[in-house]
Amino acid sequence: MQQAKLLEVKNLRTEFPYDKNKTVPAVHHISFSMEEGEILGLVGESGCGKSVTALSVMGLIANSNGIITDGEIYFKGQNLLTMNKKQRRLIRGGAMSMIFQEPMSSLNPAMRIDKQIMEAIQLHTDLDKDQARALARKLLVMVGIPDPDRVLKNYPHQLSGGMSQRVMIALAMSCQPELLIADEPTTALDVTIQAQILELLREIQKEKNTGILLITHDLGVVAEMCDRVIVMYAGEIVEVAVCKELFQSPRHPYTQGLIASVPKLGSGRTSLPWIPGSVPDLLSMPKACRFAPRCPYATDKCRTEKPDLLEKAPGHEARCWFSESQQPVEE
Amino acid sequence: MGRYFFRRVVQTIPLMLIISILVFLFIHMIPGDPARTLAGKDAEVSEVEAIREELGLNDNIFVQYFKYMGRIFKGDFGQSYKSGIPTTQLIGQRMQNTIKLVLSAMLWAPLLGILLGVISAVNRGRFLDHLLMFIAILGLSAPGFWLGLMGIQIFAVQLGYLPVSGLNGWKGLILPSFVMGIGCMAEMARYARSSMLDVMREDYVRTARAKGQVERKVIFFHAFRNALIQIVTILGLQIGGLLSGSVLTETVFSIPGIGRLLVDSIFFRDYPVIQALLMLFAFQYVVINLIVDVLYGFINPKIRLE
Repeated sequence: MQQAKLLEVKNLRTEFPYDKNKTVPAVHHISFSMEEGEILGLVGESGCGKSVTALSVMGLIANSNGIITDGEIYFKGQNLLTMNKKQRRLIRGGAMSMIFQEPMSSLNPAMRIDKQIMEAIQLHTDLDKDQARALARKLLVMVGIPDPDRVLKNYPHQLSGGMSQRVMIALAMSCQPELLIADEPTTALDVTIQAQILELLREIQKEKNTGILLITHDLGVVAEMCDRVIVMYAGEIVEVAVCKELFQSPRHPYTQGLIASVPKLGSGRTSLPWIPGSVPDLLSMPKACRFAPRCPYATDKCRTEKPDLLEKAPGHEARCWFSESQQPVEE
Repeated sequence: MGRYFFRRVVQTIPLMLIISILVFLFIHMIPGDPARTLAGKDAEVSEVEAIREELGLNDNIFVQYFKYMGRIFKGDFGQSYKSGIPTTQLIGQRMQNTIKLVLSAMLWAPLLGILLGVISAVNRGRFLDHLLMFIAILGLSAPGFWLGLMGIQIFAVQLGYLPVSGLNGWKGLILPSFVMGIGCMAEMARYARSSMLDVMREDYVRTARAKGQVERKVIFFHAFRNALIQIVTILGLQIGGLLSGSVLTETVFSIPGIGRLLVDSIFFRDYPVIQALLMLFAFQYVVINLIVDVLYGFINPKIRLE
């Protein structure tokens, strides 16, 4: 029997209530899977459904008023969506944990760091207070905090952004999760701190073989970190590929546009290429290809028939009618 | 924390001085002459003049103020024009009733208000939320004296469960306490609800849920603790307002407390008593807010560790 995948999302659809009897889908029938220990990137611009996907997997979407209306989410073969609240809660923070974009505001300002980490530990293990505190200290050492004893006694406002994110990572790693969802973990941090945090995540992945679902809009981060990448546009997956391949031969015009708009040092250009137009409104989504209104290659077919996400090369899928015949972006 | 506390205490001194000046000026702006009231309608002008002289009312108002303040620093708040009894003694006799009344409202109103606000926030948008906020708005908008009169009419006159007036036993306390506390409770409920809603949107509440914490504890340890920091800031104003509310409540229920004393003294232009009472009201406001600030510092680590 084939071993169950670490995470398998099938046909997920998450909607938000808009007014009384209308909802808007923020995530529109997406499917993907993750292997154990894999770093999977989830890329796209703001509002494309990355975070909604993450919160749906975590089981926190209801707290943001979202409703999962279709699909299944399997975590190591167990269907998360049919579990009861308690089972779900025990996975959350245990085998599956999450770090967020704003480390400074993600920690409770009225609680000392030790209490916050110990809380997570004691929810998922039988350790007593002293053992939990010792483990919390160990975790802080693991995430590279030089004076763990001081930090344990600190309140969040006494820590810098980078320190807070390290604490958040320690907290997320406290119960040895198999899946760590990192939602824009470095977006709010300085560039130098970003690099350190990414390095830390990579080390953790190597040492503990933790699968990381890395959500970002930063292609630089993706290139540096990920094994495979999913590109999302307007609530749909438009391309999935192994990281290197995605950058070398992007198949979807949207991905090509994204890659082309990354500034390159010494390229001699004074202006950046950009993708014309803007992301369509969730309420008036194009019926066929969602990218068609902005796509330089769009034809009548793109505007009338919806392309499926199809394998264009081994392990490389794209949702485009023309992705085989297209030229790679010119430099 | 020690410095924070010290600074707050020192700040109250100029504040009290400014209050004393304002109170003094305002009282002397009330139209009417205490000497005339004291001497009686039919008294001769010379008699009134003699009384004015005796009370020092002919002095320049600044001189009067400095003389008055000089006496205050010696602990002498003057004597009532009306009864001749020292002001402090007069207030002391009446104080007990007012304290009883204020405490009886203070014990339930803020706490119940906060509780209802939190329940409302947790059930946001549901029937319970709408119901509780409807009650809160009623409590805020119904005038206290009207509620008091209605209460007397229904529970005392018609049903006969409670006494019509006075403060006899715990039964006599129920209606006045209700009338005094209802506004405070409603205000606290509305404020607690909005604070909780603010806080429940915070990232750290999401973090708590992401840890796998039980919802009840997420609400209490993570959301409520932080909402409390905001809630406490208006607690001082609300509790301070209770004592001033005693003026109305004591009048409606004929309770001989300092609120009634104030109303009577104003009718009689009994300057020393009015002055002392207003200073006392202001002082308790300042003290309660000081206590609340210290409490605030205590629950907010950013200030405690300063």
